[in-house]
Amino acid sequence: MTDTGQRTDWASDAMQHRIARRYAADARFKWYGLGAIFFAMAVLVLLLGTIIVTGIPGFTQTQVRLQVSLDPEQFGGSLKGKTPDEVDTAIAAADFAGMIRTGLQSLFPDVTQRRDVRDLTDLVSSGARQKLAQIVREDPGIVGSTVEVWLPTSDDVHTIVNGSMDRDVVESDRRLNDKQIGWLEAMEKADAIRGVLSSDFFTGGDSREPEMAGVWGSVVGSFWTLLVTLAVAFPLGVLAAVYLEEFAPKSRWSDLIEVNINNLAAVPSIVFGLLGLAVYLNVMHLPRSAPIVGGLTLALMTMPVIIIAARAALKAVPPSIRAGATGLGASKVQVTFHHVLPLAMPGILTGVIIGMAHALGETAPLLMIGMVAFIVDIPGGITDAATVLPVQIYLWADSPERAFVEKTSAAIMVLLTFLILMNAVAVLLRKRFERKW
Amino acid sequence: MSPLSLALILIVLSTAIAFIASRTKSLRLVDGHVSELHSLPGHYGLYALVWCLLPALLVLAIWIAVGPAIVDGIMAGRLQEADPTIGADRLGLLLNDIRNYVSGNLVSEDIDPALAANGEAYRSLLLTGLWGTFVASVAVAIGGGFFAFGRIKPDMRARNKVERVVWLTMVACSLVAVLVTVGIVLSLVFEAGRFFGKVSVFEFLFGLEWSPQMAMRADQVASEGSFGAVPLFAGTLLITFIAMLVAVPVGLFSAVYMTQYADQRVRSLIKPMLEILAGVPTVVYGFFAALVVAPWIRDTGGLLGLEVASESALAAGLVMGVMIIPFMSSLSDDALTAVPQSMRDGSYALGATRAESIRSVLIPAALPGIVGAFLLSVSRAIGETMIVVMAAGLAANLTANPLEAVTTVTVQIATLLVGDQEFDSAKTLAAFALGLVLFIVTLSLNVIALRVVRKYREQYD
Repeated sequence: MTDTGQRTDWASDAMQHRIARRYAADARFKWYGLGAIFFAMAVLVLLLGTIIVTGIPGFTQTQVRLQVSLDPEQFGGSLKGKTPDEVDTAIAAADFAGMIRTGLQSLFPDVTQRRDVRDLTDLVSSGARQKLAQIVREDPGIVGSTVEVWLPTSDDVHTIVNGSMDRDVVESDRRLNDKQIGWLEAMEKADAIRGVLSSDFFTGGDSREPEMAGVWGSVVGSFWTLLVTLAVAFPLGVLAAVYLEEFAPKSRWSDLIEVNINNLAAVPSIVFGLLGLAVYLNVMHLPRSAPIVGGLTLALMTMPVIIIAARAALKAVPPSIRAGATGLGASKVQVTFHHVLPLAMPGILTGVIIGMAHALGETAPLLMIGMVAFIVDIPGGITDAATVLPVQIYLWADSPERAFVEKTSAAIMVLLTFLILMNAVAVLLRKRFERKW
Repeated sequence: MSPLSLALILIVLSTAIAFIASRTKSLRLVDGHVSELHSLPGHYGLYALVWCLLPALLVLAIWIAVGPAIVDGIMAGRLQEADPTIGADRLGLLLNDIRNYVSGNLVSEDIDPALAANGEAYRSLLLTGLWGTFVASVAVAIGGGFFAFGRIKPDMRARNKVERVVWLTMVACSLVAVLVTVGIVLSLVFEAGRFFGKVSVFEFLFGLEWSPQMAMRADQVASEGSFGAVPLFAGTLLITFIAMLVAVPVGLFSAVYMTQYADQRVRSLIKPMLEILAGVPTVVYGFFAALVVAPWIRDTGGLLGLEVASESALAAGLVMGVMIIPFMSSLSDDALTAVPQSMRDGSYALGATRAESIRSVLIPAALPGIVGAFLLSVSRAIGETMIVVMAAGLAANLTANPLEAVTTVTVQIATLLVGDQEFDSAKTLAAFALGLVLFIVTLSLNVIALRVVRKYREQYD
């Protein structure tokens, strides 16, 4: 502060100009921030919007109305009064594909050429046979009569009818030829085509045919996997957190454990898959593709997350609680398990749910341990071969059929619904039970 | 019902009885005057419970861990006795067949009678072992229960003993975290070691060609795959670089806006949105990249006259960047909020605008935290798998052009190991070598980042 000779003239044009420039720079800076947030939001909206728009047709199934005559000859006579076993053998021997073909031909009597007949039957899903068999199994008495049934169409018809494929493009560019489109339009005119909410999607397992593929198998697989994860990671994580927070002496050893946990939480998930492959499958010979292996792998991944959340929740319990209980003569274990842990439980459970939601969305480590197999059956336990929801999404996304795109999006909507539900429960738990000390 | 689940039920039952009996006994010994007991009655019950349950479970666990291996060993001995010339390969096949026979997985209609006989022998061995374990575990449970029941006296320090067990359990649980790290390191190092027995470390780290196709037959032409991982490292770095170009500015600017400009209402609106972005599973991002972003980039490139691969590095990198935005932004948010208000006030008092304070005071003060956030984000981008598996290619091109298809370390790990493979081919083991590199790189990044963040936090605390 030596030079006091000249005073700044704040009103001068140069100064005013400078200030205006600085304010403009400030406003610009603010807009950059807004722009960044707007960009993130726009991508989120685009992402969810795309999924919803492409996914909604995936929940539906296009069906065709057919008059199918159930010829008793196919079943070796009437099924009335037969035992369930006999009914099953008769159904296994019957030619349902032939019955469906006859039903279709009765709609278009002038289709006689071999190729045309094949093109015509291709309009109906190959899963229609099982559907028809199911109808007969439920009511064997209908054999001998002609029944009106709604059967699923092939995925090509489905994509044409719901408009995700354009029917006006050149014939060579679409999956159905002109004749097939003609038949389809004739059936649409006769109100013999409808779109309904697909029960196969919600109750079925995986299938090679998009119109028959369902998410239920993978939802059940995810359930079993998460059950194993929870059963292993929750007690391990909470007990470890209690030890580190309440009991462990401050030593080099507990520092090491702490650094370890922080690092484990940041190890790429695929590395846990490699560990699961090497240890669970190659050393312990646990069954491949089974929820128990997937669950144990995810448990190792989730455990650090649970430990970190549980420690934060335990730390939030004020020391006065501990002092009070100790003053009344409780032992250290009693103080912790009777007083501190119950008070920290809502916070711990919030962390556990968030960790489980994370595990539910995890795909990469499960690819390593064989959960990518094509599995049709609904898994009945933790040792059955299974797949999980995100892996199912990955498998469908990889399938070449156009109709699997909408199935994939629909499955993503199912997955996101579960994730939103879990997070909502976590938020609710936090709001309802969190105490401010 | 299998003997093991029956054993478990009996053990749980006898444990319950031991708990109730011991609790009652302790009360009866002092005629209901609890104050004359050293510990609470429940502690005596728990003491018996521990003695009843833990040794019996240990017996069960031992059988589950080593039982099948023992049965296999005995069976292999018998097979060798029957045919001393039998080779190790043939023996393994036979054992496999026998196991399949026993578990009923054999689909073939006509089962070889010799196999059936061996299978039945195996089944009876297995059953003997199972029932042996059943008897042993239940006997241990009952014995333990009686032992504990007999030792109950009013002055026995039951609580201390039970608490000792609780303490040991907790220590064991916290050691699991260390065990997992050790397990990761050991399994990666062991399998990678086997890989480096087939392919030299030098070739792996510096080789320029990656084509891990192994021949089906040994005499086939080009039966040697080449395992030079440089194209993978380059591809990983390229995609990470693109992702960071998106995530760093967007994440940082949104953190700045949220902490410095936005009021409480806007904040409470934007924060959950960013959390949703963070909660979207990576497989969904991968699908989005493959379905929307990659075709869009290809078409736009086509309009501009550029040759764009349908699985370009750009598409995968952009979507990965979006995935990392919330991560980068929340970590930078933490770093910015940790800067003391006094520094901000000081800057305003000198007449700086908000933008100037942020640029020349806040960000330099929060820089270590931001650098930490950056390093953690890089580590996450390197380790991310699903987006690149679904949106980046498999072709190992050594290129810096973001419009071409590249492949990454994680993609190769995933594709090398998906499906059934023989476990001693270099192709499978290569995945573990790549995994080791991935683990070392991400671990170092994490350690450095945590160091930086911690060091900086101490400055203002």
